[in-house]
Amino acid sequence: MSGSNPDTDTSQTSSEHGGKAVLEGRGLTRTYRMGEVDVHALRGVDFSLLEGEFLVLVGASGSGKSTLMNILGGLDRPTEGTVRFRDKDLSRANDRQLTEFRRLHVGFVFQFYNLMPSLTARENVALVTEIARDPLSPAEALDMVGLGHRLDHFPSQLSGGEQQRVAVARAIAKRPEILLCDEPTGALDYRSGVVVLEVIERVNAELGTSTAVITHNAPISEMANRVVLLHDGQVDEIRVNESRTPASDIRW
Amino acid sequence: MAMRPSTLNSKLLRDIRERWAQLSTIGFVVAAGIAAFVSLQATFQSLEQSRDAYYDVYRFGDVFATLERAPDGVAERLEEIPGVTLVHPRLVAPVRIPLQIDGAAASRQPPIGQVVGLPPDGEPALNGVLLLEGRRVEAGRADEALLLEPFAERTGIAPGDTIPVVMEGRLREIRITGIAAAPEFVYPAPPGQAVVPDDERFAVLWMDRQAVAPAFQMEGAFNDVVLRLSPSAVERQVLAEVDRVLEPYGGRGAMGRDRQRSNYFLEMRLDQLQALSGFVPILFLGVAAFLLNLVLSRLVKLQRGEIAALKALGYRDREIGGYYLKLTLLVVVLGTFVGLGAGAWMGRGLTGFFTSFFRLPLLEYSVPFSVVGPAFLVAAVFGLLGAFATLRGILRLSPAEAMRPEPPERYRPTILERLGVGHLFGPPGRMILRELGRRPVRLLLSSLGIALALGIIVVGRFSADAWDVILDRHYQQAYLEDVSVTLTGPVDARGIREVAALPGVVRAEGVRVTSARIHAGLRWRDVPIYGYREGDQLRRLMDAEGAVLPTPSGGMVLTETLAEILEVGIGDSVQVQFREGRAQTRGVVVTGTVDEMFGLQGHMRILELNHHLGEGPAVNTLILTVDEGSMAPLQARLAQMPVVQEVTEKMAEVRRVDELTAEPQRFLVLILSFFGSVIAVGVVYNNARVALSVRSRDLASLRVLGFTRREISGILLGEQAVQVALAIPAGLVLGRVFTGLLMRTLDPEEYRLPLMVSLETYAFATTVVVAAALVSALLVRRRLDHLDLIGVLKTRE
Ligand SMILES: Nc1ncnc2c1ncn2[C@@H]1O[C@H](COP(=O)(O)OP(=O)(O)OP(=O)(O)O)[C@@H](O)[C@H]1O
Ligand SMILES: [Mg+2]
Repeated sequence: MSGSNPDTDTSQTSSEHGGKAVLEGRGLTRTYRMGEVDVHALRGVDFSLLEGEFLVLVGASGSGKSTLMNILGGLDRPTEGTVRFRDKDLSRANDRQLTEFRRLHVGFVFQFYNLMPSLTARENVALVTEIARDPLSPAEALDMVGLGHRLDHFPSQLSGGEQQRVAVARAIAKRPEILLCDEPTGALDYRSGVVVLEVIERVNAELGTSTAVITHNAPISEMANRVVLLHDGQVDEIRVNESRTPASDIRW
Repeated sequence: MAMRPSTLNSKLLRDIRERWAQLSTIGFVVAAGIAAFVSLQATFQSLEQSRDAYYDVYRFGDVFATLERAPDGVAERLEEIPGVTLVHPRLVAPVRIPLQIDGAAASRQPPIGQVVGLPPDGEPALNGVLLLEGRRVEAGRADEALLLEPFAERTGIAPGDTIPVVMEGRLREIRITGIAAAPEFVYPAPPGQAVVPDDERFAVLWMDRQAVAPAFQMEGAFNDVVLRLSPSAVERQVLAEVDRVLEPYGGRGAMGRDRQRSNYFLEMRLDQLQALSGFVPILFLGVAAFLLNLVLSRLVKLQRGEIAALKALGYRDREIGGYYLKLTLLVVVLGTFVGLGAGAWMGRGLTGFFTSFFRLPLLEYSVPFSVVGPAFLVAAVFGLLGAFATLRGILRLSPAEAMRPEPPERYRPTILERLGVGHLFGPPGRMILRELGRRPVRLLLSSLGIALALGIIVVGRFSADAWDVILDRHYQQAYLEDVSVTLTGPVDARGIREVAALPGVVRAEGVRVTSARIHAGLRWRDVPIYGYREGDQLRRLMDAEGAVLPTPSGGMVLTETLAEILEVGIGDSVQVQFREGRAQTRGVVVTGTVDEMFGLQGHMRILELNHHLGEGPAVNTLILTVDEGSMAPLQARLAQMPVVQEVTEKMAEVRRVDELTAEPQRFLVLILSFFGSVIAVGVVYNNARVALSVRSRDLASLRVLGFTRREISGILLGEQAVQVALAIPAGLVLGRVFTGLLMRTLDPEEYRLPLMVSLETYAFATTVVVAAALVSALLVRRRLDHLDLIGVLKTRE
């Protein structure tokens, strides 16, 4: 906690959520060495994702959002600082342990879906449920995202929005504690984007999954319990929304 | 628009740097093909040229005939035959050399001796003699001789040494004045039907004909003749004429070079070399072409954007295509260079190996310049074949189209899944199946490539397997004796008893062997005929499948191939022209055929054969089983007996061939296993690399989702494993087919080895290929540790 500005300390509890952090980063920095120059993607970030909350991470391009999320999701390690998942220290975890962490606890959704083109919707979900403990069935998960009728279609037979919903289904099928979405609507038009957001909203509400969504679209932050604004590798501002706007009412 | 060569060239260098491992595995496949081509061709050509020069300088004859005895005057009648330009009558006679030879048991076989008469000046008009060491024999001296090289080499006999020689029962001391070689003994095969080469126990003695003739009652007469034909002569007609002239003098049938034993074996090997030098490289270069296609088409796919940009900038198709062509040619040309080097080295070894069998004074070994051009040409053609599809793709690509991302790949459930067994596979298994199912042709060709690798390794062990079969069938099951003794002439039952009574002999049986010409209509063959005593057990008539047949009960049993050649069947009658005894021609009924492994033979009851030969019960070969431990003294005793011509210890023969063939077999297995591995590595490594390149995004995504390295390796390499698994049965079949093709190059009149590939050979080939595949897979697997997990999240496909 030392030296961190109390205003920007995201570990502050929000009113609704009992303040228990699922994921917690302290003093995170991430430096890329590009030949002679160092690129500082993160410059000392303190960050918490609280039990069951819906958090939106915004910031200009290059401000370090993806870098932060990758570290939180166990895809990358910070150059300095610590990441804790409940009482486990991820910053000291080895590759195997990080894989295990992702496998059991994290659901990811990315801008470009990253589905397996050779597998059907159902199989893309089954890919994950087969290696999870106590998952939803692939059909249940796809039902949740409104694709219960497209189980046996291949990604190439689905629209971008539908593919992204399959990706969401795949992410939540293992009932993860954490759902991390990096610009889930980035490649979608408005209508498909809203549908995907509705699905994420539902998952957060119904399964109680702690959810963090990165977005460029400022209006989307109205859906959140809390909004974290990143600027140039540092947390600039944390806003707590007194009231949340449902995804269906968001316009951009 | 002129291209700045430096720009594209530096791109070329970058592309090569990124793919050097892939390109070099392909280069090695090219190199292996070229090495095979160059070494086989170089060996073939240097042997052929050496043979031609040798035959030419030392006046190897065109037609050869042996007979009982004819006055010298008869030779003049041979000269009158149209087409005959030169006649060289001579004396050739078997002798016994009662020499105790020291050395390993395997080489302790007693020698088989033969005297060949020389004219007074020592320079025969035909079938000349190459003096390697020492001096010629002096005219008129009956106690001097030149000795054939391999025998001298093995026994250590040198000019100046004296050896005992029994001529017509009389022992003489002969002084060796020189060591010699001759075109008729390039492959020193003694007369008779030895299954395995007898080169090192064949002692040919060249002696002054006039001086030595009295010893054989051959003054003013000859019993062997060599003829030279004019280029326009019709050999078949000359042979018939020669036979007609020599008939009254016990002619044994004239033959052309094709049936002269030494030349026959040499020719057979040369034919094999030539056939292989055409066939083997094609296989390798075909694989290389496939791999080039695989790698280039992936490269072009990856560089679609770059190609579009170049096109948009105004580069011509020719220039862009030229870029990929350069890459291709680089691989092919470097591969060819390596192949030339390796081929030259292997060819030297191969030539050395052949000249250890074939006593050819070798012209200098060199890679003939004439193979270098074709090597490059053939390699380039196959390279272009491999690049063809890629180049066509580039030409077809319009810049606008190339700018757009490629349409997504379409997948569908595979046949297996549609058959309802899909549920056996989890999603990762289905990824593997569908990926394979989407490229059935590539799967097929890859598996074929790996199968080829297996087949080549199977072929490498072919000769070892064949020898094992021969050993088992011929020496263990058909020939139950320990020793066979060839006699100088027929003996009756008393003769057998005499040998049976020698210490150490457990059982003695006899066989009557005679050579005859069997006619059926216009067709004929000169073959040995065997007569078996009823109740004897040590020699068994056996077919190629190993089944033992009963002793013929009447008439003659023919080798199946002989029956086919003569176009006769059971119940037909053949004319047998005997050469021994009263030398009569008799009609004999064919009562059976037997599918034997070697040669052409007739088999009869002994009494019937004796009757045809106009003699009482008699045998001229003794078959003995011997007490363990009494072999050496027995052989010594036998060698002293005047009636004994030649003694062959069965196991010594087997060991000798084992020793003789072990080294070349090891070399062959090693080389072909290496070649097979080169192919297997080329196919598996490149397939895995391309698969990794195509699927790295999916694999990285899986890693993000929490899949372990082991799991994604399973998905990537599972594909390769399926290819290898499909290839194994195919490869074993292919190995059998190759072995069959190789056997076809053997003369069916001499060999009909059963197509036997041993279980060990299959296991060995499979092991080598699987090991090569595993190594390649592991090399690629290491790259999975460096997958960029985050990078794949930032980009669309
Ligand atoms: N692998 C890398 N190597 C070098 N620099 C990198 C790498 N990844 C990210 N960066 C740099 O780190 C900084 C933060 O990148 P990051 O991807 O986290 O930004 P972002 O906020 O997600 O931006 P966007 O909204 O465009 O996705 C940028 O300046 C980027 O150039
Ligand atoms: Mg980003």
